[in-house]
Amino acid sequence: MANRVAIVGIGQTTHSGRRPYVNDGELIYDAVTRALEDAGLTINDMEAVMAGNMDMFEGHHLNDAMLNLYSGAAGRPGFKMNTGGTVGTMTAIQGWYHIASGLYDVCLVIGWEKHDEGPATPAISTITDPAVDRHFLVGAIGGLATVSVAYMQRSGCKLEHAAMVRANASQAAHRNPMAHMREIYSVEDVMKARMVMYPLNLLMCCPTSLGATAMVLASESKAKKICKKPVWMKDHVTVHVEYGGAQFGIGEKRWTSHMEAGAKLFKRNHITKPMQETQVFEMYDPFAFAIPMWLEDFLVCEPNEGWKLIEKGALKLEGEYPVSPSGGVLCTNSIGDSAILRVAEAALQLRQPIRRCTLHQLYRRLRHT
Amino acid sequence: MAGRVGIVAASATKFEAAKPYQHLMDLVVEVTDKVVEAAGINLKDDIEAVVSCSQDFWDGRTISSMPIPDAVCSHLKDESKVAGDGAYAVLYGAMHILSGDNKLILVVSHCEESITDGTMIENWSIDHIFHRWLGLDYTMGAAMQARRYMDRYKVTPEQFAKVVVKNRGNALKNKLAQEAMNLTVDQVLKSKMLADPITELQKKPVSDGACAMILASEEVAKKLTPTPVWITGSGNYYEHHNLGDRDLAECDALIKSAKRAYKMAGINNPVKDLDLVELSEYYAHEELLWTEGLGLCGRGEGGKLIDSGKTQLKGEIPVNPSGGLLSGAPVTVAGMARVAEAVWQLQGKAGEHQVQGAKRAVAHGCGGLAGQMHCVLVLEKGGK
Repeated sequence: MANRVAIVGIGQTTHSGRRPYVNDGELIYDAVTRALEDAGLTINDMEAVMAGNMDMFEGHHLNDAMLNLYSGAAGRPGFKMNTGGTVGTMTAIQGWYHIASGLYDVCLVIGWEKHDEGPATPAISTITDPAVDRHFLVGAIGGLATVSVAYMQRSGCKLEHAAMVRANASQAAHRNPMAHMREIYSVEDVMKARMVMYPLNLLMCCPTSLGATAMVLASESKAKKICKKPVWMKDHVTVHVEYGGAQFGIGEKRWTSHMEAGAKLFKRNHITKPMQETQVFEMYDPFAFAIPMWLEDFLVCEPNEGWKLIEKGALKLEGEYPVSPSGGVLCTNSIGDSAILRVAEAALQLRQPIRRCTLHQLYRRLRHT
Repeated sequence: MAGRVGIVAASATKFEAAKPYQHLMDLVVEVTDKVVEAAGINLKDDIEAVVSCSQDFWDGRTISSMPIPDAVCSHLKDESKVAGDGAYAVLYGAMHILSGDNKLILVVSHCEESITDGTMIENWSIDHIFHRWLGLDYTMGAAMQARRYMDRYKVTPEQFAKVVVKNRGNALKNKLAQEAMNLTVDQVLKSKMLADPITELQKKPVSDGACAMILASEEVAKKLTPTPVWITGSGNYYEHHNLGDRDLAECDALIKSAKRAYKMAGINNPVKDLDLVELSEYYAHEELLWTEGLGLCGRGEGGKLIDSGKTQLKGEIPVNPSGGLLSGAPVTVAGMARVAEAVWQLQGKAGEHQVQGAKRAVAHGCGGLAGQMHCVLVLEKGGK
């Protein structure tokens, strides 16, 4: 049986669009220092240090090894994950495997991105097949705009609903001192923003941010000694599908990867009514239609109901089922760090005495971010 | 380790200087088909998860595992990509099994070095504040390491050359090897100088290929094959990155990795307890240094060890009976190909370069500038 794994330390840098006087190593050092302080431990207590990042954005190959003086990995075990937008959660899962396998007891997991050092869209465009679709599916937005239109057509969701999502996110991010875009936007403000690719306008797309997040993970016996309120990483699921139209759920199809992930996770954890049995959802929401669309696809709500929840205000910070109360990826997207930040933010929510949650994190896996 | 993880089967392509008629995913399909057939399982129904290993820069593609589901038929399954050496992917696969999460998984790595300029990619992995702008690549790093090693321990270029003669000679018996040659020490030393003291024949050739493996829990492995190979020990550590932060004649990370792996596997005397070693020597001098790190001889005695002939195919402790990396295998696949060779040896399927009666082996993967990261796996057959 797998050893139980807990999150005992959380640290994140402030997130922003440009920090020319800070390099990527210093970002990592900042997050690691905060996580270790939070856990009340030192780097010498870490048995392994793992890193997740995307090579092409900053233009560094093997940067886990390159920056290991900053991360504390020098002289310690560890290796790098690189799975795109999911890399942060994959690194957290990597830490989970290190401990659950019984090989290690205390691990440090880090995700980071310094987006101001490289152009994001040319880098991300190379995710597509060089022979088939690299020439026309530019960056992430091509696919996401297409699925957004498809979703609007089949569900009845309107542009205004996406604007509401962004307005809600801005309210949440405004209260999160670590978020990147903390300006408050009204629905009208969002509607007036410059169109990027229909239906997504500038404010409905995530920004390119920089930042780092680190977490200290520990086995059950260690966790109880390290802190009074460990947050347990109860379950995780990873689902991947082929790249292309099928993945984006174009037309009538829904996102099969999300549906499979939701179905597996809820079944394994005996959750029949996700919106009652879990109290918060930190979602990797890189565009405004993601929240309504993916709540449906993760089987959290019924098909075509996502945008109605937004209309009711249910997904707001103070609503009945807050989604991305940190402001989400819509307000902060430092890609290699975004997914681990979701885990960290969800864990921070669980540390608060007011909210009691049964399900800790919904791990999800997307192949397009 | 908590339980035992079994390697059911392993496969690899033939390693070649270029495979212009095969797409990267053709290689993955080739090795996956082979390994699934060898394991006697159904790819679509039986495999629970996939651990892949590749590098964005080498593939020229962000998220280089993007096309993997098509190639390994893993629609809606768990896939994760290790961005490092293939030996780490095997280790990560083993963790999947040890945690109880999975019972049967596929590990696959691929790379075509021929499609790009390796020097450029190596340079991009070097510290971007101070050192990258010097134009350093791994061959220069290796040359500095070889010089420092010679200076500190009085190892000679002739001893480096002997490694090349041995490994490329062993490769003559290995059908998958890329560069098999009958060489003399003189020929090695007189080949083109790349970065003193490293000559062309002392460097791993540019290579294309892929490797795959099926890992299973103890119970499943025993059902699937009469010759499962168990992973009984593992260790992996990083060195410091900046060349000035460490003594290049030492290999502390490897020493620590080996110590951890040996402790897990109950190995006290590596020379006696092991039957063969497959290690990652990107450059000839590395084999000598790594044999020291793996405890096959004392510190500074790597040169004497190759002189003694103990590491020859018929010696006391054969090192790289397959021909090692000097006979060809691309980065990222490199460490996994070492594991695969060790698996075939223990299964008695190595062919002409079979080490008779091999029961316990070490496979070693490494990566980065002057061997910055090391992963050691102890593999055994039989037992309990």
